[in-house]
Formats: sequence, structure tokens, C-alpha cells
Amino acid sequence: MAERVLVSRVVPGSRSKSLAARRARLIGRGVLYIIAIVSAAAFMIPFVWAVFSSFKSPGDLTSYPPRLFPRVWHPENYVTVFKRVPFARWAWNTLFISVVATFGAVLSSSLVGFSFARFRYPGRDIIFLITLSTMMLPSEVTLIPLYILFAKIHWLDSFKPLTIPAYFGGGAFLIFMMRQFFMTIPLDLDEAARIDGASYLRIFWQIVMPLSTPALATAAVLTFIGNWDNFMGPFIILNTREKFTLAVGIRYFSSLADPDGVPTQHLLMASSLMMTIPIIILFFLAQRFFVRGIVMTGIKG
Amino acid sequence: MSATSSAIRRPRISGLRRKEIAAGYLFLTPWIIGFFGFVAGPMIASAVLSFTNYDMVNVGKWVGVKNYSFILFRDELFWPSLLRTFKYAIVIVPTSLIGSLLAALLLNQGLKGTNVFRTLYFLPHLTPIVASVMLWGWFFDPHMGPLNTALRALFPTAKLPEWFRSPDWAMPALFIMALWGAVGGNNMLIFLAGLQGVPQELYEAAAIDGAGTWSKFFHVTLPMLSPTIFFNLVLGIIGALRVFTTAFIATGGGPAYATYFYALHIYNKAFRYFEMGYASALAWIFFFITLAFTLIQFQTSRHWVFYAGEVR
Repeated sequence: MAERVLVSRVVPGSRSKSLAARRARLIGRGVLYIIAIVSAAAFMIPFVWAVFSSFKSPGDLTSYPPRLFPRVWHPENYVTVFKRVPFARWAWNTLFISVVATFGAVLSSSLVGFSFARFRYPGRDIIFLITLSTMMLPSEVTLIPLYILFAKIHWLDSFKPLTIPAYFGGGAFLIFMMRQFFMTIPLDLDEAARIDGASYLRIFWQIVMPLSTPALATAAVLTFIGNWDNFMGPFIILNTREKFTLAVGIRYFSSLADPDGVPTQHLLMASSLMMTIPIIILFFLAQRFFVRGIVMTGIKG
Repeated sequence: MSATSSAIRRPRISGLRRKEIAAGYLFLTPWIIGFFGFVAGPMIASAVLSFTNYDMVNVGKWVGVKNYSFILFRDELFWPSLLRTFKYAIVIVPTSLIGSLLAALLLNQGLKGTNVFRTLYFLPHLTPIVASVMLWGWFFDPHMGPLNTALRALFPTAKLPEWFRSPDWAMPALFIMALWGAVGGNNMLIFLAGLQGVPQELYEAAAIDGAGTWSKFFHVTLPMLSPTIFFNLVLGIIGALRVFTTAFIATGGGPAYATYFYALHIYNKAFRYFEMGYASALAWIFFFITLAFTLIQFQTSRHWVFYAGEVR
């Protein structure tokens, strides 16, 4: 029965069914539900375990036999995180970098995507191909000279290298996505506006952009998560502890032992979860756009 | 990818046409600056650097191909880290692709609560990499971690794996962690989008021809999905070859270099020892390797990727 997994979609109520076939179908569905639930549980176990552990006392963490639930709940673990490390400062830094970089990436990739989707000019298709091929360029090749450049112009240990480059195109993936979406917006709208004397910039701002909310939201969410998540960039650029982002900062709890030799895993879990929760909330809020955006702009083009 | 198709055709007088060209380039400006400032410029710079011994302190001297010959013939970490990276990619690319395809097929069955399942599958991918490495690092802890405590209860006498602390088990632990994040991730969503784009008529036609479940899968679903598989495969291989953050945080490349991947080698040379010239040479070798993989895939793709809109 498990082979039903492999059908793209079961045609509902197709043709007359014998009782046996009906029963086979029912069992097949049941198996599918079991697979879905078991695999969802497997994905969730580490996560759920971390949530409960974040409320445990240090002694409770190592108790044998292990227990999922804390013996005594310690919500104050979450407060302790803020006392041990400048967590609020790191969260603010992360938020600042993510918002500023996301705004720049979405804005500039829309401008560039608009150029590819709406204008005819010499070299456009070649430039577009070059853009796509940069998607396959490993950033290791450009990282070293950029680091040297940032060192020369005294941008190291500042947020500039993590935000300003986003304003110049926002990356091939976003440009491709925005271009694909703009191509689906009927040209008649532009034409009508042109006849009324609207400038290209006005068409972009007042016609194309408002119609592109799903794509813009998808682009924004993906970029925001990417920035929030980014480890290597901030790790290489930032040195001062007060300037760290969460991704760089929360390693503190794993790399340093508690002064008294007490395990700090509960604090590690608490800080990791606090870093994750905003992303989950964002995903839930944007999910409607997000999934639709990926489906619509998908890579069938 | 329709790079060249669908050029916009409108009759225009030349004044307007010139205006359009100017406006097109104007909107393209951010890309032009970004491309030369952050892609092409740095690429040329790193190509030049790779022939020098620049180290951030002294003025770099031209050393010819010395960096490259040293890497290929005398660097004791080069070949092992490269082979280890291939090994990682060979395991992780097919498993994560098949896993996310199966997950997408499952979510495409119209089960009740599909939205909930989709979110739960996606949750590991949403977890920031650093946070998930922290979670797993503790989950795999040989003494206090939940996994080994559970194993100890089941097999009290067996010698339990030390996971990230053991040269033999660090790699499998990394696989588990990576698959956890990858199976329900972007690949799954892209496959889902691809599945929803398969015309329903094809299944109906196949059913009339008496095709069974398997036959429909192999003769309708897979061919129609092949462009999507190709896309995920190309980017998946590049992504796997670039594996860095998980290994860097979980093990730092250890124990005993068991998870010392190529990107960690570049990182160490560049940002720990500041051998920028040498590291640039490493990066360029890496670039050519990924390029070769990508070109091979594009070459072979014509034999197995089926584009519905294509005239044969």
C-alpha cells in the first residue's frame, strides 16, 4: 500500500469501485497518515527535547534515567541568559543587520528584476545569463579580496560590510525570482499608464510593485531568515563582543564552561530557542504568501 | 530557464526606443555596480592574489604558480579535505534529494492537516544553523545527551558511539544533522511546486491506458519533474561541496581532522593564518571543481531532463 506515496495525486472518486478496492484505498490512506505522523515526530524530537530542557535545572539535565519533563520548571533560565551575556544587545544587532540588509536586497533586486522583465536593450539577455551563473559561484572566491578591501577602508568590526552590499542587486536568486514574477504581470497595465504619461519609475512604484506583494513578501522572508541565520559573515567581520550577532554570540554557552563547573546546556537551549522563535513567528505570519510565492515564482520558467 | 525567450515586442519610434534603453540601464545600475564591485572585481583580485604570497602584513610578492604547485603536491591537508568533501556530497546530495522528494510526494496526497505537516517538516530548516548545531551537539553528547542515554537504556552493555567526539562517528553525526535540516527544507517546497505543476490530464490519460501507481510515477511524475530535480541537484551539489558552518561549529574540523572539509581549509588559511595568497589559490581550485561539476551536469542533463515546452 505504501506505493501510494508515489502517486502525485489520487483522483478522488474516480470510476466505480468495488468494496475491496475501497478498503484497499482506505488502508493506503491510513498508512500514509502513519508515515506522515511518524516522520513529523522524528523531525520534532530534538526540538521538543530542547524546549523542555531549557526549563530544567543543571542537576535535572543529567539525571538518570533521563526525563523529558523538568522535575521543577525553571522559567528563570531565560532571564539568566540575559544576565550572563549581552543577549538583548546581540538580538538588536541581528535585527538591525537583518532589516537593513533585507530592505536593500528586496528593493535593489526588484529594480534589477524590473529592468530584465520590462525593457529591451542591447546585452540584456547576456547580462541576465551572467547574473544566473553567479548563482553557482562559490562565495569563497570573492570573500578574501572583499575582506582585504573592508580592512583597507576600515569597515571591519562594523555592520557596513553586512548591510551595504545588499543594496547592489541583492543576489542572483532574488533577481531571478522578481524577474519571473514581474513577467506574469500583464503589460497592458504599463501601456495604459504610459499613454497617460506616467514615467517608468512611477509604473514601477505604483503599478508593478503593489501587484507583487506575494513575491516581495517571499523575497523579504527568505532574505531576512538568511541574514538572521548568517554565521560566517558576522563571524569573520565582527570582533567586539558588543557588536556580535546572535549566531556568533550564542556559541558562548557551548565553548565556555560555567565558572563553577556547572553544566550550562539549559542556558544553551534557552538562548538557541530564543534565537529560533522570531523566525518561526515570522514564518507563520508570512506562510500564506511564502508558499504561494515559491509556487508562483518557482523555477518553472 | 527562459533567459532568451519572451522579449517584449512593441512597435516604437526611435526617440521612445532610446528612452527605453536608457531607462533599462538605469534600473540595472545597482546590479552593474554590485557585479563589478562585489563579484567581477573581487574575482580578478583573488586570481591575482593567488599568484602572490600576500599575508595582510607584508607587501605581497609575485610567486608565480608556487601556491598552486605547493597545494597540489605538498599540502598534506589538500587531498584529504577534498576527498572528505566529495564523500560528504556523495552521501548528502542523493539522500537529501530523495528524502525531500518523498516528503513532497507525501504532502501532495491531499491528506488532512497537510498545512500542519508541511510546517512541522519545515521547522528544522527554519531553525538557525547555529542554534540547530547547538541543539544537536547536546543531543549527541556521549555522556549526558538524550540520544546516548536512550541507547544506554536499550543496550546497557554495548559500547556507545561517541558521535562528535569520535573520528569514526563525527561524520555520521554530521549527516544526521544535515539531513534533519535539509529534507523538509527549500528542496521540498520547490518539489511541491513542481508536483503541482504536473498537468492532471497526463495522469488521467495514463489511467485510461491502464497505468498503475508505479508506472504513473515513472512515466509521468518523474519526467515532468526532471527540470525541478535538475535545478535542485545542481544547487545541491554546490551547496554540499561548500559545507562549512555545521562542521566548523560542531567539531571545528575534528576530531583528528575527521570533519575537516575543503571550505574549512580555505577558512583556516585565510582567516586564521592570513595566508591570503595561498587561500586565494585554494579558492580558485575550488571554483574550477564546482564549475566542472556544473558543466558535467548541464552536459548530461540533455539525456534525462525533459522540458515539456521544448521542441525536439
